[in-house]
Amino acid sequence: MVSLFDSIHSLGDLVKLVTSIQLFLFFCLSDVSCNSVAQKIYVELNNTVPCVRLLNATHQIGCQSSISGDTGVIHVLESEADLEWPLSKGPNPPYMVLLESSLFTKSIMMKMKNASSRVAGVVVVQKTSPPEFSPHTTCPNENTGVYTETYDHNLAHCNTTVWNPRGNGLSYEEFDSPVFSLKEDNETEVIKQCYFDHNRVVNGSGLQYPLCAMQLFSHMHAVTDTATCMRRSSMDFSTSPVMVCDPLGGYNVCAFIRPYNSTAFGHKENESVVIAAARLDSRAFFLEDSTGAEGSVSGFVTLLAAAQALREATQEAPPTRNILFAFFHGEVFDYIGSSRMVYDMKNNMFVIDLDNVHSILEIGQVKTCISINVWTYKCMDIRSNNNESVTNLVKNLQSSTAGLNFSLVETDFSQPLPPSSFQRLLRARAIPGIVLADHQTDINNRYYESFYDNAAHLNLTYPSNLSPEEQLEFVTDTAKSLTEVATAVARALFKQAGGNNSQVNKINADPKTVTQMLYGFLVRSNNSWFQSSHQANALTYLVQYLLANLTGTATNLTQSQCKKPDELPNESTYLYSYLWVQGVVPPNSTQRESFCVRTAVRLVKAVSPAFDLGDYISKEYSTWTKSQWKFIKARIFLVASRDLEMLTLGVGVAVLFTSLLVTYFVRTKADVLFSSVREPNNAAY
Amino acid sequence: MTAAVFFGCAFIAFGPAFSLFIFTIAKDPLRVIILIAGAFFWLVSLLLSSLVWFIATKATNAQDLTLQKNLLIFGSIFSVILQEVFRFAYYRLLRKANEGLAAISEEDGPPLSVREMAYVAGLGFGIMSGAFSMINTLSDSLGPGTVGMFGDSQYYFITSALMTLALTMLHTFWGVVFFEGCERKRWWVIAVVLCVHLMVFSLSLLNPFYVASILPVYAIMLLMAVWAFFSSGGSLHNITLLWTCKTRLKPI
Repeated sequence: MVSLFDSIHSLGDLVKLVTSIQLFLFFCLSDVSCNSVAQKIYVELNNTVPCVRLLNATHQIGCQSSISGDTGVIHVLESEADLEWPLSKGPNPPYMVLLESSLFTKSIMMKMKNASSRVAGVVVVQKTSPPEFSPHTTCPNENTGVYTETYDHNLAHCNTTVWNPRGNGLSYEEFDSPVFSLKEDNETEVIKQCYFDHNRVVNGSGLQYPLCAMQLFSHMHAVTDTATCMRRSSMDFSTSPVMVCDPLGGYNVCAFIRPYNSTAFGHKENESVVIAAARLDSRAFFLEDSTGAEGSVSGFVTLLAAAQALREATQEAPPTRNILFAFFHGEVFDYIGSSRMVYDMKNNMFVIDLDNVHSILEIGQVKTCISINVWTYKCMDIRSNNNESVTNLVKNLQSSTAGLNFSLVETDFSQPLPPSSFQRLLRARAIPGIVLADHQTDINNRYYESFYDNAAHLNLTYPSNLSPEEQLEFVTDTAKSLTEVATAVARALFKQAGGNNSQVNKINADPKTVTQMLYGFLVRSNNSWFQSSHQANALTYLVQYLLANLTGTATNLTQSQCKKPDELPNESTYLYSYLWVQGVVPPNSTQRESFCVRTAVRLVKAVSPAFDLGDYISKEYSTWTKSQWKFIKARIFLVASRDLEMLTLGVGVAVLFTSLLVTYFVRTKADVLFSSVREPNNAAY
Repeated sequence: MTAAVFFGCAFIAFGPAFSLFIFTIAKDPLRVIILIAGAFFWLVSLLLSSLVWFIATKATNAQDLTLQKNLLIFGSIFSVILQEVFRFAYYRLLRKANEGLAAISEEDGPPLSVREMAYVAGLGFGIMSGAFSMINTLSDSLGPGTVGMFGDSQYYFITSALMTLALTMLHTFWGVVFFEGCERKRWWVIAVVLCVHLMVFSLSLLNPFYVASILPVYAIMLLMAVWAFFSSGGSLHNITLLWTCKTRLKPI
C-alpha cells in the first residue's frame, strides 16, 4: 500500500521531467533530416522584396496584407488580355497574380486594384526591362520646392516644364493587397514549376485540385496618415513606447575643407562658405530595391571624386572661402535632408548659418551624355537667380571646362529649376547657385526613380573575361566622362572659393577612383576597395568612410587612441572626427593594415523638422513616415478542395458520435456482456 | 489545411478514446490514476528507445539516407519491443499495488479487478501513443496548405488520423489480452501480442500505399477486438442475451 502511494507521488514528478525531455527530443534537430510535416507542406520564399506602406500628412501609399496573410491560387499572367482569368473567368478566386516586369504597368495594376476581392496579391518577377518605366509622379516634390503659389506661381506645379513626363505615379498609389518582388532565380523556377504542374487549364477539363497557392504576409501597423500614427505611437505611456511608424530620413554627410569647432553653432564672423551639394538617395516602387544609378549615384560619385581632387590643392594653398561638401539624404521624399540643414542653419543648430553661405554648386543627374561619337559630350546647366555672382559662378565653371571633353550650355531663362536641393535653400534665402544636370528640359531618364535605374542603364559594361577584382579596376567610359565632370566641378569650386588661379590646372579627378566607386555602388558592394574602408552596407556609412578616406589624413593612432583622441595633445574631436579604417590586406599576410584617419567628415542627422516641431500636417516640411511591421514573408503550398475538407470534418463528426453512442451502449449493458467474470463487489460502475 | 480538417482529424483520431474516457474512466479517480500512470510508462519506453535511436544517428553519417532509414526501422522495432516490456512491467506493478489497494479499501477485496486495470492500462498506452503520433500533424493541419508539394499524397492528414485511431484501439485491446495472458500464465499470449505489434508497425512502413496499410491494420484491429472481448469475459451467448433482453423488455 505504501509502495503505491510513494510510487504515485514520485510518478508525478517524473512525468513532468520525462515529458519535457520527450518534447525536446521530438523537435527537429538540425543535423538529422527529419520530415516535419510543415516541411512537406510549405516552401518558404526567402529572397522577396515587399512594397511597404508610407504615410504623409494626408495620405497613405503602398501596400499591405491582412494580419494573417493573404492566400491566393497562383496564376502566371501571360499578357494583358490574360487578366480576364483572375478578374472574371477563373473559377477559384482569389488569385495571386505572378507577372513579369514587362507587364508591370499602371493599367494592369489599377485593374487588379479595382478587383481586390478576386486578386489576393501581386508578385512581380524582375526580368527584362521595359523600354521606359517610371513609377514616380510627373511633378516630383511639387509642394516643397521653391515654386509655390506665392512665389513664381506660373512655374509651380510643373506648369511650364513637366519634369517626369513618363511618370505614372504607381509608387504613390495605395493597394489593399500585398505586392512583392522576386528576382529570377531558383525560387521563381520552383513557383513556375508548381504552377505548370497543378494550375494549368487542360483543354476541355476543368482545374484539378490540389492547386498551387501562395501566401504573402506584409501586415503594416500604421494607417491613414502620419498624424494618426504618431498619435497612436505616443499613446502608450510606458517607459518603452511602441512606435507604429518611423519618420523617414537618415544622415547627411558633411565635410568642410577647413573644419570648424563642432560645438560652436550659429553665425561665424567673416566666414564665407561655398556649398557643393549632391543627393544620396533614390527610390523605387519596392523601397529596398532602389539603385538610382543615373538619378543619384552619378551625381554623388562625381562630387566624391571632386572632393578627392581638391584635397591636395586646398592643403597646399588654402582658398579664402571655405568649401562644404554636403551629401543630402531623403531628398526624394520632399527634401528631408536639405530642409533639415536649412532649418538647422536658421535656428543656430549648425556650425554656420545662412549668412555665411556664399554660393552653391549642385550636381544633379549627370549620366554620360551620349552621342554617336563617344568623345563628344554636351552637358547642360541650369541656374536660377539673376544675380551677378551667378554669372561669376557660371564663368568660373565655363573656364574650368577648358581642356576637357565636354561643354557647358546655359539653359534658357524661362526654364525653372529642376527638382534639386538647391530649391530648398532658395526657399529660405536668395543664394546664388547653379545646378548641373545632363538634361535640357525634362529629366530624360527613362527609368526615373524605378528599379531599372541600375548599372546597365548607366552603360557600365565590362569585358566578359574579367574577374571581379579586375572589373573593379577597369575604367569604363562612363567613369571617364564622369571624371571629366568631376575635374570641372573641382576646378570651379576652387576658383569660386577664391583659390589661386595658378594652381587650378593641377586639380584633376582620378578616373580609377571614379570607376571603383561606380563598381562598388552599382555592381557589387562586396569588393576589396569598399571592404578596406568599412565593412558596412548602408549607403550613408559607405559614403562617409569613402569621403573620409579620400579627404582625410592617416594618422599613427592605435585603435583605442582612435576612440578617445582627446587625450592626445595634438588631436581634437571638436574639429575632427576620427574613424578606424579597415585598410587593405597586403599580399603576403592575412591581417588587414588598419589605421586611424583624421577627417572633417561628419554625419548630421537628417530627419524632417516637422517631427521636431510636432507639426505632423506641415505643408512646409516633409511629413513622410514608414510603417512598422512584425514580419514579412512569403510561402507557397498546395491547397485542397473544399469538398475534401468537408468530407474530413464529416467523417470526424460521424466517428465521434458513433463512438459516443457505442460506448454509452456498451457501458450500460456491460454487466450483460461481460457477465461470466462478475466479481462479488464490482462496484466500480 | 484549415480548421475543418483540423477538427475532422482530431475527432477521428481521438473521438473513440475521448468517449471511452468520458464514459468509463472519468468518474473513478483510481482509474484516472492508472490511466495516467499507464501513459507515463509508455512515455518512458519511448524515451529510452528514442535515446538509443538518437545515439545511433548521431554516431553515424547523417547524410547517408538509406542508413538513416534503416536506423529508423531498427529504432522503431526496438521501441515496439520496449513498449511490450514496459507493458509487462506495468502489469507487475499493478499486481503489487492491487494487494495494497485491497488492504485499504472499504470493501472486501480489491476495488478494481485485473480486467478493469488491464483495460485502463491499455487505454493509457493507446492515448499517449496516439497523442505522440498525431499532435504534430494536427498542428500543421491548421495552416492553409495541404501535403503534396513534394509528391506526397494529399490524403495524408486523414490517413494519419485513421492510423492513430487504429493504434489507440489496438493498444487498448493488447492491454486487455496481455494482462489476461499474464494472469493465466499463458506466456505465448505475450509473444503473439509482440508479433502483432511488429506486424502493424511493418504495415505502417507501406505508407503511402494507404490501401495496403490501412485496411490490413483495421482488419487486425477487428480481430484483436474480438479476442479482447472473449478474453475479458464476453461470449456469443452474452450477445444473444443482449438482443433477447431487448426484445423481452419491449412489451413492458
